[in-house]
Amino acid sequence: MNALLDIRGLTIDIERDTGPARVVDGIDLTLREGESLGIVGESGCGKSLTMLSLVGLLPNRIRATGGVAEFAGKDLLSMSSEELRLLRGSQIGFIFQDPMTSLNPVMRVGAQIAEALVYQRGLAKPAAMARALELLELVGIPSPRDRLMAYPHELSGGMRQRVMIAIGLAGSPRLLIADEPTTALDVTIQAQIVDLVRDLKDRFGMSVVWITHDLALIAGLADRIAVLYAGTVVEDAPVDVIFDRPTHPYTRGLLASLPTLSDQPMSRLASIAGTPPEPGRRPPGCPFAPRCGLVTSACTASVPRLAPVAGSDPAHRVACFVTAPEGGSA
Amino acid sequence: MTAPLLSIRNLTKEFPVRLGAFGERAATVHALDGFTVDIIQGETLSLVGESGCGKSTTGYCVLNIQRPTSGSVIYGGTDIAQLDDDGMRPFRRDLQIVFQDPYATLNPRMTIGEALAEPILFHKLAPKSDIRSRLHQLLADVGLSERFAQRYPHELSGGQRQRVAIARALACQPRFIVCDEAISALDVSVQAQILNLLLDLQEKYGLTYLFIAHDLAVVRHISDRVGVMYLGRVAELAPAAALFVQPLHPYTRALLSAVPSTDPRAARNRQRLEGEVPSPLTPPPGCRFHTRCPLARAQCRSDVPALREVAPGQSVACHAVSSPDATNWEHSPA
Repeated sequence: MNALLDIRGLTIDIERDTGPARVVDGIDLTLREGESLGIVGESGCGKSLTMLSLVGLLPNRIRATGGVAEFAGKDLLSMSSEELRLLRGSQIGFIFQDPMTSLNPVMRVGAQIAEALVYQRGLAKPAAMARALELLELVGIPSPRDRLMAYPHELSGGMRQRVMIAIGLAGSPRLLIADEPTTALDVTIQAQIVDLVRDLKDRFGMSVVWITHDLALIAGLADRIAVLYAGTVVEDAPVDVIFDRPTHPYTRGLLASLPTLSDQPMSRLASIAGTPPEPGRRPPGCPFAPRCGLVTSACTASVPRLAPVAGSDPAHRVACFVTAPEGGSA
Repeated sequence: MTAPLLSIRNLTKEFPVRLGAFGERAATVHALDGFTVDIIQGETLSLVGESGCGKSTTGYCVLNIQRPTSGSVIYGGTDIAQLDDDGMRPFRRDLQIVFQDPYATLNPRMTIGEALAEPILFHKLAPKSDIRSRLHQLLADVGLSERFAQRYPHELSGGQRQRVAIARALACQPRFIVCDEAISALDVSVQAQILNLLLDLQEKYGLTYLFIAHDLAVVRHISDRVGVMYLGRVAELAPAAALFVQPLHPYTRALLSAVPSTDPRAARNRQRLEGEVPSPLTPPPGCRFHTRCPLARAQCRSDVPALREVAPGQSVACHAVSSPDATNWEHSPA
């Protein structure tokens, strides 16, 4: 199967008065048609910036400075803003973390969904409103006809996120990027949204990229998981492999520091000492080396590349000199 | 059983609000309704529930940061719920709180050292000459080097700030600390560090915690007992070991089932709770959970279920659950 999205060697820099600071340092990721990929990492690891760079939505003073990102064979990073504008919504849909700041507070939700349809598909206003109603039904909003005329503040957090998803789906995109869409929601509502996105993906055969800091959340959602640390992919594997045979010390640390419902009560969690490096203050060699318990002299000398793990699933790739020594170095 | 450190009886909090574009309609938010529990010396009692269930309000009312509408909180023979600000002051050093957002709770213009010294000097717990050694002791307790005393909050990471917030709560040598979502804003790897720190400090100083959180897995880790709250009322109160093995209230079961599992195979089939939490402005009559409950019957719509002990230490407020076995649930064996 062909790759729908193929990112190779992506770098992103923040322009500072003191010079550029690197936040994303050579990310490689591929996504096939119909596949769902979970991108996991802690605050500041570059997971959101990587996805925003694809559709030309990076904030001011943050720029993609290298690499390619091919979507259906075309490099997104070299597209004009006009080409990207046509692609957003119709080919690549986005769901953002905070529906309260992403929705227009003075516009009825029906009109916000219809706007995308008029714009993307050239539908007439009545047809767009009819389709907006169908979309609200699709995302499971009760009494959708009344909700069409509601303002965002009249809806609960979970309902607002459903409206965001309806807007994301309006252009029937081939790729849906969900950037921490459940972080602001309660667990029971979070579970509803996860189920909704999974059902929609299966129904429409979309590819989904789900960005999150919660490894457990995407265990039931993603086909494959990429673990990011300090702007690089440290491990990339099918979901079962990540949980059964985590290989990179950071992935292992993340899993061990996650409290679960089957732990011994009052037991100490295995925590990872220290904090991730600041942008622009990346250590030489492996970015995880200063926090890693398995660090060797090779780790601080050069940067490990993402490479297949001997004896594991063929799709399992890890960037580590110690736990995946076959990886070799640059 | 040891004597309770805090005896909380029928604690209730209602907020009057004005609704409508011009505030023309008066209404009442029923945030907390009849909260009753004894908090035992040295234990960690956790409160869990979804947004708006009253768990934070409980923490604030117990400490009299928000004055309860009615009810009592007995600490050392005094009902502190009746005290005014001046009356509360001597009790504040025993009863401390750590908030969720370490960015908002530290004064950006005070160094860490000044922030930690302030409560010690205010309560006259140490002479000025001893402040330096006391600061170093506090910073060491929370795993920070003494260099941090000279720094400002903006120079610290989120995890380091939360350590400072904990150090400040410890500064008065308290007996009781409310941790209000104290680790919710932190990244996973840092969250584990802070959880371990809280457990270590509890062992070292014999602290009692009221731990307020929405993450059940975290709560399981740190708690002796857990209270599950729904719309201002306690649905179930049980030892942590029992609650997670044998949840009895239908809401507890739904909540546990919504927790993401790290086992990808288990995660794919879970039990779901339909709908959303009703508004605390107009809570449903009878059992407040009946609008979403799979077991709801006629009685649940009219009568408020009392919290009854149905297994040792395990109390449930549900008409459908009278003992661990006599329910119409299909039980997983304990």
